[in-house]
Amino acid sequence: MDPMGFFTDTTVCIGCKACEVACKEWNQLPAVNGGVNTLSGDSYDNTRRLDGLHWRHVKFVEQFTPDRSQGRWLLMSDVCKHCVQAGCLEVCPTGAIIRTEFDTVVIQSDVCNGCRDCIGACPFGVIDINPVSGTAQKCTLCYDRLQAGMEPACSKACPTDSIQFGTIADLRERAEARVRQLHGQGESRAHLYGADDRMLGGLNSFFLLVDRPEVYGLPPDPKMPSRNLAPSSWVSVLGGVLIGLAGLVSFRRRGSRP
Amino acid sequence: MSEVPSTLFSEAPHWRWLIVFYFFLGGIAGGAYFIAALIDLLGRPWDRPLARLGYLIAFPLTIVCGILLVVDLGRPLRFWHMLLESQTLQPMLKWWSPMSVGAWALLAFGFFAFLSFLAVLAESDRSRWRRLGALRPPGILGTVVAVIGGLIGFFIAGYTGVLLAVTNRPIWADTNLLGLLFLISSASTAAAALALLGRRRAGTTAEGLHALERFDSWMLIFEFFALVALVVSLGSLARLWLSSWGALLVLGVVVTGIVVPLVLYRAADRRARLGGLVGAAAAVLVLIGGFLLRVVIILSSESV
Repeated sequence: MDPMGFFTDTTVCIGCKACEVACKEWNQLPAVNGGVNTLSGDSYDNTRRLDGLHWRHVKFVEQFTPDRSQGRWLLMSDVCKHCVQAGCLEVCPTGAIIRTEFDTVVIQSDVCNGCRDCIGACPFGVIDINPVSGTAQKCTLCYDRLQAGMEPACSKACPTDSIQFGTIADLRERAEARVRQLHGQGESRAHLYGADDRMLGGLNSFFLLVDRPEVYGLPPDPKMPSRNLAPSSWVSVLGGVLIGLAGLVSFRRRGSRP
Repeated sequence: MSEVPSTLFSEAPHWRWLIVFYFFLGGIAGGAYFIAALIDLLGRPWDRPLARLGYLIAFPLTIVCGILLVVDLGRPLRFWHMLLESQTLQPMLKWWSPMSVGAWALLAFGFFAFLSFLAVLAESDRSRWRRLGALRPPGILGTVVAVIGGLIGFFIAGYTGVLLAVTNRPIWADTNLLGLLFLISSASTAAAALALLGRRRAGTTAEGLHALERFDSWMLIFEFFALVALVVSLGSLARLWLSSWGALLVLGVVVTGIVVPLVLYRAADRRARLGGLVGAAAAVLVLIGGFLLRVVIILSSESV
């Protein structure tokens, strides 16, 4: 099976949130606060972030001059990156997080026990607890639809093809062509985020951006959590030896019985 | 290269007070067992009552730790998924995931702490259970139990810091010194707990208590330098502590939990007449400081 994924071209996103709605509908994700409308108050973005109940989130980045005479909207439909080297999958102590035959990363909700290690391990802040199930949840890249030969709900619903679904090889070709096109039109800032294997072995859900990643709330240099395992362990072992020696000196080398 | 640290883009795992208490009590359990094993294996015979105390607190604390961890889960009844693959019932172990190894280590530590707990209870028993005393050194069986249990106790005391480092969270994943710091603090708080509890117990000697206080003094000095190194290793992210968290770290952990106890331990050492009360006050402050250290490390990152 060819690796499958998303290519999200942020330059054609219009912020309609059809992807958010389609995702919630297909995956039967309930409303927050029993459906009571809560406004963020400082943006048209009232979803605010990806979490256990929102597996797609359209970010509204507002770049305006102080007098608001000039400005632009950056809109980006954010989602799990389905990393080839996935930090969540790496640390999950129950084996609930698996890599599927489509090279996507899926949390099995019947296995997850809600330890939340994956939440802190994800460099993108994608995962959170679904309060209904008590387990960690995120985008499955519509694993159930893929198994039935269908396209994921979000890309199917996207009216501008900002979200494109396909094989990674095909999507990369399309994305590079789009970058060339934008460069030709004078948008020299256009670049791909996570399209090659330098970032966590490649993001199976990658993006076309026209500003620095951090402007979109994406980490400029995401890493695997295990990078700290060996150095942290060795420093601790050395400390342990030191403590053991201090213990020996304290409890052994003393005078005769008082 | 960008100036924005990538750890600032991750989400907090909601590890809060239950985890703070687990880190604190687990550290004392592991440290107390390790100190007890050290005294039993290499210390003076007349300090054995102190070692006995270490075994007596290690096992009950481990039970409390297990309960805290299970209650903290989103689905507590699935706690066993940490140990067995839930579909196949095969053992579930990822050596590269500190939480996975930690779950097994806590189980193993609980087993050895239980054996030592039985051994010290049996010693004061006149019935046939008295044979269980062989599970404590100096016999061969007892030595094996103490060596393995002590090593796992050490692991329990320090792995929690490594667990935090093996994430992508600010502060936690931006340094490699948390495991070391928690290890030292665990040894320190365990020594303080033993010194405090051993103060009025029959059989413990003033000399033994002084040894604990001297050991704790060393640990406090190590802890101070480890903390300084930690702040330096955080680089620009140390700015996150230019807040009430930093104030708590300096006043609660460094001043109350390290500097004042060090001064008090010295005073207790010099003036034996006052030693009892002053030493006890120092031990209480060390425990408070050790607790606040975990509060600051865990909750300051959680609040980012």
